[in-house]
Amino acid sequence: MALTKADMVERLFENHGINKRDAKELVDQFFEEIKAALAQGNSVKLSGFGNFDLRDKNQRPGRNPKTGEEIPITARRVVTFKPGQKLKVSVEAYSRQNAENVRLESEAPSAKKSRGS
Amino acid sequence: MEMTVTKSELINLLAEKYGHLAFKDVELAVKGMIEHMTHALSSGERIEIRGFGSFSLHYRPPRMGRNPKTGDSVELASKFVPHFKPGKELRDRVNQARS
Repeated sequence: MALTKADMVERLFENHGINKRDAKELVDQFFEEIKAALAQGNSVKLSGFGNFDLRDKNQRPGRNPKTGEEIPITARRVVTFKPGQKLKVSVEAYSRQNAENVRLESEAPSAKKSRGS
Repeated sequence: MEMTVTKSELINLLAEKYGHLAFKDVELAVKGMIEHMTHALSSGERIEIRGFGSFSLHYRPPRMGRNPKTGDSVELASKFVPHFKPGKELRDRVNQARS
């Protein structure tokens, strides 16, 4: 179960009394404006939630994991997200209840592909 | 020269675009969307926005840290941290615009 745009539209309709068509436009356009800003080379700061920043990466050597063949990873610009203080603190409350359980359930990878071992 | 777009600027852009909506409603809607997303992640729920990206929590195992002032070792508890993975459309648009 994951939060989607449809859930956000539903919430705007129910909690803010915005009709479904406007709510859908607002949700779509909210993400579109963020994408457009980033595509124009701007960073985006949503205070409390986090910052979307851009990083320019140089070309670096890579490998086709299937064939082992060496192919360079070309220079590129990527988006990074740095969570804001409020989001980090809220997630930490969840962490206090659940991170220890994850550790006890074995050192099995949670959301992550097994890192090492 | 990189500029920054803030939440209030996003609200202004949306309010201009949807002139038939009251500014206050657009403002509350944007804040509501961000709160909805914060709340989802804080309940351990993923967020999936097609074309934009997904947010999830990544587990960080407990580790030994140091108090930088005193140099004492302290055990830092395991935790979850928010993680964003950009979607294909966002990755491509950002990279194509590079120059």
